[in-house]
Amino acid sequence: MKFSESPLLSLRLSVGRARLVLILLLAAFAAMLVRALMLQGLDDERLRLRGEARKSGLERIAAHRGRIVDRHGTLLAASTPARAIGAYPEEARLTPAQLRELAASLAMPVPEVSRRLAEDSRFVLLKRQVAPKVADELLALKLPGLKSDVEYRRYYPAAEVAAHVVGFTDVDDRGQEGVELSFEKDLSGQPGSTRVLRDGRRRIVEHIERLRSPRDGEDVQLALDGKLQYLAYTHLRQAVEDNRARAGAVVVLDVDTGEILALANLPSYNPNDRQGLSGEQLRNRALTDTFEPGSTLKPMTIALALETGRVQPDTPIQTAPGRLTIGNATISDAHPHGLLSVAEVIQKSSNVGAAKIAEKLSPEEMWSMFVALGFGRPPGLGFPGEAGGRVRPFARWRPIEQATMSYGHGIAVSLTQLAHAYLVFARDGDLLPLSLLRRDAGSATGRQVFSPATARAVRAMLEMAVLPGGTAPKAQIPGFRVAGKTGTAHKLENGVYARRYVSSFVGFAPVSRPRLIVAVMIDEPSAGKHYGGDVAAPVFARIMEDSLRARGVAPDAAVQPPVQVVTTRPSGGRL
Amino acid sequence: MRATAIKLARRLFGVLDPALLTITSLLFLYALVVLGSATHDFPSRFQAHIVNTIVALLLMLAVAQIPPQKLMRLAPPAYLFGLLLLIAVALFGEVSKGARRWLDLGVTRIQPSEMMKIAVPMMLAWYFQRREGVLRIRDFLFATAILCVPLALIVRQPDLGTAVLVLAAGFFVLFFAGLSWKLIIPASLVGLAGIVALIGFGGPACESDAPWPGLKDYQKHRICMLLDPSADPLGRGFHTIQATIAVGSGGVLGKGWLKGTQTHLEFIPERHTDFVFAVLAEEFGLAGIVVLLALYLALIGRGLAIALNASSLFARLLAGSITMMFFTYAFVNMGMVTGILPVVGVPLPFLSYGGTALVTLCLGLGMLMSIQRHRALLPS
Repeated sequence: MKFSESPLLSLRLSVGRARLVLILLLAAFAAMLVRALMLQGLDDERLRLRGEARKSGLERIAAHRGRIVDRHGTLLAASTPARAIGAYPEEARLTPAQLRELAASLAMPVPEVSRRLAEDSRFVLLKRQVAPKVADELLALKLPGLKSDVEYRRYYPAAEVAAHVVGFTDVDDRGQEGVELSFEKDLSGQPGSTRVLRDGRRRIVEHIERLRSPRDGEDVQLALDGKLQYLAYTHLRQAVEDNRARAGAVVVLDVDTGEILALANLPSYNPNDRQGLSGEQLRNRALTDTFEPGSTLKPMTIALALETGRVQPDTPIQTAPGRLTIGNATISDAHPHGLLSVAEVIQKSSNVGAAKIAEKLSPEEMWSMFVALGFGRPPGLGFPGEAGGRVRPFARWRPIEQATMSYGHGIAVSLTQLAHAYLVFARDGDLLPLSLLRRDAGSATGRQVFSPATARAVRAMLEMAVLPGGTAPKAQIPGFRVAGKTGTAHKLENGVYARRYVSSFVGFAPVSRPRLIVAVMIDEPSAGKHYGGDVAAPVFARIMEDSLRARGVAPDAAVQPPVQVVTTRPSGGRL
Repeated sequence: MRATAIKLARRLFGVLDPALLTITSLLFLYALVVLGSATHDFPSRFQAHIVNTIVALLLMLAVAQIPPQKLMRLAPPAYLFGLLLLIAVALFGEVSKGARRWLDLGVTRIQPSEMMKIAVPMMLAWYFQRREGVLRIRDFLFATAILCVPLALIVRQPDLGTAVLVLAAGFFVLFFAGLSWKLIIPASLVGLAGIVALIGFGGPACESDAPWPGLKDYQKHRICMLLDPSADPLGRGFHTIQATIAVGSGGVLGKGWLKGTQTHLEFIPERHTDFVFAVLAEEFGLAGIVVLLALYLALIGRGLAIALNASSLFARLLAGSITMMFFTYAFVNMGMVTGILPVVGVPLPFLSYGGTALVTLCLGLGMLMSIQRHRALLPS
């Protein structure tokens, strides 16, 4: 470098270099601008889409679950809005005082809340199904990092009274039991979705568009009559308490339509508060449990014998000496009766009489009759776990088995099936399908199982069983003619009949034009009485009487002073 | 009394270069608008920014009073003091976010690397002034050492952003001092080759876990991410992608003040500090970018004009270097936000929130004003 060119001698900065720098600088800024243009023009769509994908998302909109109502429209289950309270642990840095406030309003222990808030998670759920008022008060405290989501809470106004029929849903609003489960599809509806804009922490900041509106669930109207259900439940509860029984069940049917008007079980539970719920409480015994019905099945055997012309109502049957040996087994009556008419076999409930009548029938005939009455297969209500009972194939019946089946042993049915089968006697021999849902009279057609004449004949016998001299005078109702049959079955435990009983009664009224069937089952009464006529019949009477009045059924008998009921057992046999 | 006041005011404010002052004021006003949006959720940050601005402007006023001759005398002590502090950082510094950058003085924490942005060009300018008339390769080698010792310490911290700025400031002193093209061209070629190699072979090199010589793992990732930000969209590439989305979605006129979705939905990290350009681009669009670039160009143009007309070599080199530092700040930051440069922690001059950078920038401005004011060969 020549000395004269030394930059140090120049009074100004090297102009060439300054210019070069300026050019570089302009080029750099131009590049910057071009880059910005590229981002906006060329790449805009791609970047925008990518950004949208990250920012917007689908959010589920819960559909309003349908209500469950009884035949009069009274609420049995309904959803009310509730809140799910959650928190973003990163933001929810609470002072000890705030933590206590939060725990108190959620009714949770403080350590539990602080443990959840310490979780290494973007979001934690603190409590669900919180009442909106509580949630609003909580949010009004303006604690940092809290979030409240709308959800629904299911309320069951009938509580334990209709628990087994209605069932319940889980916290995610899905049916778990009862109608809530079996009609899940209709009730749940279809959740909608909405496109939402989320921020960098995935919190929803804006609802952009609703993609699909939620389709609310449909209401389900049951055949159940809330009043009858209440009566059935309270009378059953009283009876279970009085008899110190293990359990009990009641089914009330509408004779005209085959609708289930009431169905109650004990022990029951409150579906609104299911903490500490046991399996015993959950069991819908009337539908899911089967038992040996005992004498309540005798009318079926008699009806078949009448129908096939093997006997007439007045055909004499010798039941003396109260025992009958078939093969190496002996069946016996509780009390020997001597010579009985067919009608009296029902009235006195003679096992020997029933077995002797069954001897006139073939196994296939009896089996076909049981199947025609709906035994051996589930009633098809779509109810979770409904039992079909057990009817063994006739080809393998031994004579003793056919004999015991004639009076309801060696066969298992549910109380609902039993009540259903009595429709043929309450009606003129035809069997309507059962219905859990409300339906109008005449909308369902039945299948003729017995002729009307047979049905009428058995009806008369069943009325005799309730009259003095029968097994169940306690089933009488002032002002109404009642027909029915007791059952007292030993419970089978490990294949051996134990000294534990299932007392039952199935009957209908008024006899002149039957309207209701009531079937009662009391499991293991242990307050001294166990005969169906003593334990189940009075429950039947109370439920039937109140139900007939509730439904406004006109009396068909002169109101007489209450029939003398002797406190000591009448001489009639009871089994 | 009144006459004295006027005299004092003239003495105080007469040093301020009107053109520079106007450009700077416009930039500060622009910053208020953009930061008003970026700090919308943190009103306290906005207030702090106003305080920072006032402090920095007072500092500028103070520095503008110091004639370049005095500045020159201050250069060696400032440089040596800074160097000592850097060594102290390396020995006793506080580790924060994986880097050792801060020195805890008990009363306050300082970041000595920041003052080297000004101290290094001052020192280099001082050196060339001292070596007046003799400019041999040896001098450039010694100058390179003056530059590289603190630079190495800063890179070791590691603080790539500051290192880039110090390097640029030093390089521009050497460049204006007449660094031989024989040295500049090969260095540029090596740098260019490096960039080409990175783009050509960067993919496989990034995929392997092997460390790159001389770079920390996170620095390697930042460079790799630049090559393909979408490789890890929610992880390390997140900054770049979100920022480019913001810039790209601004359009010609932008979404409007406070209307930027990227900004206000917290997609842009560091949106009021290093990534404030994304906020500006999203809300004010291309128009906003053009206005900003015009202001920067005016600032740099005025700075270079001051440098060209400065009275001494020291002043010329210092003014040129400071001016080019403004440019480096702006270019590196915008390049980072728009995804053409790796993410290094360089703020956008005058617009980013942050007191330290503002003080450095205003120190530089004050020096420019002082140089402009005292450009006459003889004190007037």
